[in-house]
Amino acid sequence: MIELRGVSRHFQVGDQLVRALDEVAITIEGGEYVSIMGPSGSGKSTLLNVIGLLDRPTAGQYVLDGRETTSLNDDELAHVRARKIGFIFQSFHLVPRLTAFENVELPMVLAAIAPAERRERTQAVLASLNLTDRGHHRPDQLSGGQRQRVAIARAMVMQPTVLLADEPTGNLDHVSGAEVLAALEALNVRGITLLVVTHDEEVAARSRRHIRMRDGRVVTDERAGGAPA
Amino acid sequence: MRVGDLLHLATESLVRARLRSVMMLIATAIGVAAVVVLTSLGEGARRYVTGEFQALGTDLLIVLPGRSETTGVQPGLFAGETPRDLTLGDAQALLRIPAVERIAPLVVGSAPVSAGELSREVPVVGTNAEFLVVRNLSMGQGHFLPPGELDRDMAVCVIGSKVRSELFAHRPAVGASVRIGDRRFRVIGVLSDSGRAVGFDLQELVIIPVSSAQQLFNTESLFRILIQARDAEAMPRVRESVRAIIAERHQGEEDVTVITQDAVLATFNRIFTALTLTLAGIASISLAVAGILIMNVMLVAVTQRTAEVGLLKALGARGSQITALFLAEAVLLSAAGALAGLLFGYAANWVIGRVYPALPVGAPLWAVVLAVVIAVASGVVFGLMPARRAARLDPVVALAGRR
Repeated sequence: MIELRGVSRHFQVGDQLVRALDEVAITIEGGEYVSIMGPSGSGKSTLLNVIGLLDRPTAGQYVLDGRETTSLNDDELAHVRARKIGFIFQSFHLVPRLTAFENVELPMVLAAIAPAERRERTQAVLASLNLTDRGHHRPDQLSGGQRQRVAIARAMVMQPTVLLADEPTGNLDHVSGAEVLAALEALNVRGITLLVVTHDEEVAARSRRHIRMRDGRVVTDERAGGAPA
Repeated sequence: MRVGDLLHLATESLVRARLRSVMMLIATAIGVAAVVVLTSLGEGARRYVTGEFQALGTDLLIVLPGRSETTGVQPGLFAGETPRDLTLGDAQALLRIPAVERIAPLVVGSAPVSAGELSREVPVVGTNAEFLVVRNLSMGQGHFLPPGELDRDMAVCVIGSKVRSELFAHRPAVGASVRIGDRRFRVIGVLSDSGRAVGFDLQELVIIPVSSAQQLFNTESLFRILIQARDAEAMPRVRESVRAIIAERHQGEEDVTVITQDAVLATFNRIFTALTLTLAGIASISLAVAGILIMNVMLVAVTQRTAEVGLLKALGARGSQITALFLAEAVLLSAAGALAGLLFGYAANWVIGRVYPALPVGAPLWAVVLAVVIAVASGVVFGLMPARRAARLDPVVALAGRR
């Protein structure tokens, strides 16, 4: 469960104070499917970074699965991030010199999991995303949709509770985008919390809860069908 | 992160960035090779000189007039005395010492030597038959000075090969006569080219009996007395006996210096070790330069891989893991460079050994160890800064690819 209480994230740019997040309060239950929309600069990516523990709020409290996170140090944050959170990026962020298999293995390498177990889990997660025959390809030998599916496999391999996707279909054509969304939604069906930041109304419409942001604030927060969350 | 995985990831990125890696490898390799080759040359020179001395025999004592030590005030100074000369009588007296095998007195000077129309100023050494053995000389033609009493004046001489070729060209030298100063000498032998001795160019030497040299240079005193002991163990005893006998003959004044070959050797050893250290120091500069290059290239690598650092952080990498990754790359590179440098250095040594067989080139172990340690340490030191810079990157900024 994600609980944000009065979370603000302010940047000092020159002599100007940018309020990327301003007193945001959201609670997201485990297993929810949430889309976050808003114009550029509305703070949706910052919100995702704060939830993903990549960025620290300047003020407010963030409780993840019952644990207050704002007092954790960098190493503790890294540990929580490794085990609870998976990231999907618009530009995939695969390591170009590693094969698909090695890319998926990477989080487990960082977590010092034994090679035999790594191999097993990597193969399983690649199989679940129909990528078994792509394991030995490098990213530049894969299509966009395949790359994003490799990235999903990598995000999933540590079995996180929350999946954060920042414009996951932004660099994909319609068909590949649909495949990627289907893969993400399949994971959500199995219980993972899915947050998708997007510009695309069509993508957002697929989620069961819609958060709209503007100028660092949550403007609307509705369940599918128009009921307030 | 496991060590194996760390090395695997580091190797993978080094192999991918091939040009960059090869450049850094070469830089380190040059530094290590420079240390290996330069110290080998210094060490080779030291071994060469040591070998030369040992060829002369470690059982050699050299007696020279005057004292080299200046401990305390010598009474002689107040009396205005100068050190007494060494004489042929002294040399003969030293033969009484039981452990003495051979004695060669030495008078050294320079005189014009002429044969027919040709004339030349050459160093002239007056000595006796024992000099041949004591100095390990060998004859090219004819004979060396005949054995006999030290004070027997004979008008015979032995000439160096260069003197021979300059004065006689292709005419036979043995049996011919030469004029040395104002006296005539018969040439009875020519030294071979291969003879070696430290301090003299044997090829340019003329050797005559010691008493002839004393007359020629109008002196009673000897330049040196060379003593060959029966064996190396007898050296200290011989040395003491020499001091005692000379003191007895010089009215109780111990006014000679006795040098052993060992002492001379030790001095040369010190000089050449200092030389080798200097060379090692100079070569180490190139290692430092290589280290700075490593830092530079690693900084560029960190900049190029900013997004990757951001990703690693998003995947849950701690700062220390990112430091370790980049550091492992720098250290692997410098270690590989050190290895390549060793190979290259030893190959160069081999070539030098082929070109100059007389020079016993061989890198001293300490220099090899030092070079490798410095190379790897520079990888750590110069790799640390870029690695820590990578670890400190803000993941949000890094992921966005901005800096």
